[in-house]
Amino acid sequence: MARSTSKDAQDLFRALWSAYSATPTNLKIIDLYVMYAVFTALIQVVYMALVGSFPFNSFLSGVLSCVGTAVLAVCLRIQVNKENKEFKDLAPERAFADFVLCNLVLHLVIMNFLG
Amino acid sequence: MAFVRAPSPFLLVLVLALSIFAAITATTTIPQPISDHHRSAALNLFAPSHGSFPSLQDAYEALRVFEILGIEEKHRVSTDTCKVVLENLSSLSSSLKDLFYALKVNGILKCKVNGEVFEGIASRLKASISDASPLPDLYYSIGGLVLIKDQDSNVDVLLADATGTFQSIKAQSQSDGKWRYSSDKTESSAYAAGLAFEALAGVISLASSEIDQSKVNTVKHDILKLFDSIEKNDDGSFYFDGETVGGHEHQDSLSTTSSVVRGVTAFAAAVSGEINLPGDKTLGLAKFLLGIGVPGDAKDFFNQVESLAFLESKRQVPIQVNLLFKFVLQQYFFSFCFLFFSANVTLDLSCCRVTIPLILSLPETVYSLTTKGQLKVRVSTALGSAAPPLVVKLVRAFSSGAKDSSIIESKELQYDKRSGLHVLDGFTNNVDVGTYVFVFEIVLHDTHSKQVYATGGQIHMPIYVTGIIAVSNAEIGVLGDLGSVQTKKALDLAGNDVVSFSANHLQKLRFSFQLATPHGHVFKPHQAILKFRHEIKVEHVFVIGNVGKKFEITLDFLGLVEKLFYLSGKYDIELTVGDAAMENSFIRLLGHVKLDLPEAPEKAAQPPAPPVDPYSRYGPKTEITHLFRTPEKRPPQNLSITFLGLILLPFLGFLIGLLRLGVNLKNFPSSTVPAAFAMLFQLSIAAVLLLYVLFWLKLDLFTTLKTLGFLGAFLMFSGHRILSYLASTSTKLKSA
Repeated sequence: MARSTSKDAQDLFRALWSAYSATPTNLKIIDLYVMYAVFTALIQVVYMALVGSFPFNSFLSGVLSCVGTAVLAVCLRIQVNKENKEFKDLAPERAFADFVLCNLVLHLVIMNFLG
Repeated sequence: MAFVRAPSPFLLVLVLALSIFAAITATTTIPQPISDHHRSAALNLFAPSHGSFPSLQDAYEALRVFEILGIEEKHRVSTDTCKVVLENLSSLSSSLKDLFYALKVNGILKCKVNGEVFEGIASRLKASISDASPLPDLYYSIGGLVLIKDQDSNVDVLLADATGTFQSIKAQSQSDGKWRYSSDKTESSAYAAGLAFEALAGVISLASSEIDQSKVNTVKHDILKLFDSIEKNDDGSFYFDGETVGGHEHQDSLSTTSSVVRGVTAFAAAVSGEINLPGDKTLGLAKFLLGIGVPGDAKDFFNQVESLAFLESKRQVPIQVNLLFKFVLQQYFFSFCFLFFSANVTLDLSCCRVTIPLILSLPETVYSLTTKGQLKVRVSTALGSAAPPLVVKLVRAFSSGAKDSSIIESKELQYDKRSGLHVLDGFTNNVDVGTYVFVFEIVLHDTHSKQVYATGGQIHMPIYVTGIIAVSNAEIGVLGDLGSVQTKKALDLAGNDVVSFSANHLQKLRFSFQLATPHGHVFKPHQAILKFRHEIKVEHVFVIGNVGKKFEITLDFLGLVEKLFYLSGKYDIELTVGDAAMENSFIRLLGHVKLDLPEAPEKAAQPPAPPVDPYSRYGPKTEITHLFRTPEKRPPQNLSITFLGLILLPFLGFLIGLLRLGVNLKNFPSSTVPAAFAMLFQLSIAAVLLLYVLFWLKLDLFTTLKTLGFLGAFLMFSGHRILSYLASTSTKLKSA
């Protein structure tokens, strides 16, 4: 039974992978960006777990910048995705402009909180 | 030409008895007559600022002091002061006080004043004398007229109604001898009495016809009544107490006393007959005045010196000694004038206003047996001038500890013409080391002097005799249990040798030595102390008692164990022998003793802490390190650097992923304007991020926001242009 389970898992993984390959490139770039941000956040959490949370504000600002920018990227993905009927009328350039501006505001706040 | 019947022996005995009676209770101080200290102080105190004095009264005081002390300073100030004097005398608006002091200064400086000026002033002064004038005004007016009389004999100064003026002044006298300032005042004062006596003396000398003798006698009674209220100090000095009368400034005891002295001596000079002030009172006044020393205030200095001068001054009037008058006042003892109450004597030699006090003083009171000096005594008047021929007798000398037995009796001192002192040779042969009281008596040679001078009977003077005390036969040893001598060493206390031995708590330490005075008598010094000092600086003091000449102390360590705090170890032994009369007092380290004491029981007292150096508290204190908050523990640097590297890994992964996805810049516009805007867009984003980095590193929020405003606007503009261009391009492509 284990063999079939692992084979099922492999098949599932392959199917997911091939379905994912069909997504347009710009969406893949955004996904890559989100992954990058999340990994950065995880490494910061591990570091904090090791050395303690002494400058807690710095930790928070670091983690929240990663999480915030990931969230904004996800919003951009939603708006840019052509299959999403809700944002059919919204030009992707407009969504990208929003993404840039929101990131800039987020990072201003983060920089202030960094200390 | 004087003839005197010699006083009877009985009288002499009576006088001596009275003198012993009087002098026994007097305690001694040694008043020093006026000396060069006074002269140099006078030069400092009375130096005029810029050649002139602040007021005529100050000028008069300074000049009078210089005159009395014989200081030749007045020619330096005479021109300026004479100018002020002449101004005051000529001016019609000068007050009575200014005129008075101007005339006084003129009396000393003898400025050239016109006879007309004097006449004008005399008539002004005469006009101001009325029954209703207050005492100070009468004093200045009458005094001024007397001064004019001395300075210009041509001016008519005699008072028309002298008796009336006399009466009006006399009317203010009170029953206790004091005077009121004016009829509408109720308070009386001795200071005012002094002014009144001087004014009355002036009236007497200015009277055109003689004043009734009975009136003069009542004033003499007033003087004696006033002297009844004189205050007395324990050392035999007399003074009049300071007083404050409403409306007049406070007069302290010196100014009150000098006002009375001035008044009484002026009155005594103006009248015939004696005032009969007892000699002890004039001597007491002189002692009070000399007891002030050198005053620091100019006014006090003037009062002191002038009063002493008046006490010494003589008048040139022949006097008639009135037997009956003296007999009445016999209760006031100690004027040598009383020797004459058995005789009716006429003297036409100059005599005293009051009896002149003679001051006996000792140039030195400490004599050393080793130098064997002479006993020196000086007799002079209070101002330091020579006394009449006299003999100083040493009645007796006794040790201050044994008042009853006299060591020296009835010796006469020799007068040394060269030094002007009375000396006694060889008295050191009779006295030993210690403190003594020497009782002196002044005996005047001729009977006339006895009437003129007051000597004060028996005068007690403390004398200190010091000498070298012989210290001998010093022995120190350790005794066993039953008193058996175990070690014994002789010490030469004059040398420096030290002894050293050991003892335990069962033994005793004995130390003895002998002290003898130069004459071989027993000497008990003030301090004969043995001190034990332990290594840790704990000290124990023992007093050494004596039996006769031998001083001995035995320390039984068994009994002292607790006192010594059970501390074993090396003790230094130090001997202190000292006394004020001992010229060779010493502190000497005798040696060391190693004591072996038992262990201290639990409840024994702890030795006191070693004395802290008292100056150490002025040194710097220990540094205080203050920790405001312990800093947090930071991670090791290597770990932080490792994680810095790890953080960069996802970024690299992102870049690699982008490459793998095949990102390209194909959509980058090719034509120049949109390309420029595209570049600007990228650059402005980069600029904003750079601004954020700068904000984190250095800048504050306000500058950042300001700059961000500019950059943001720029970013929005360029972004809008490029993105709208890209949007229009893609819609064109879609529609196409």
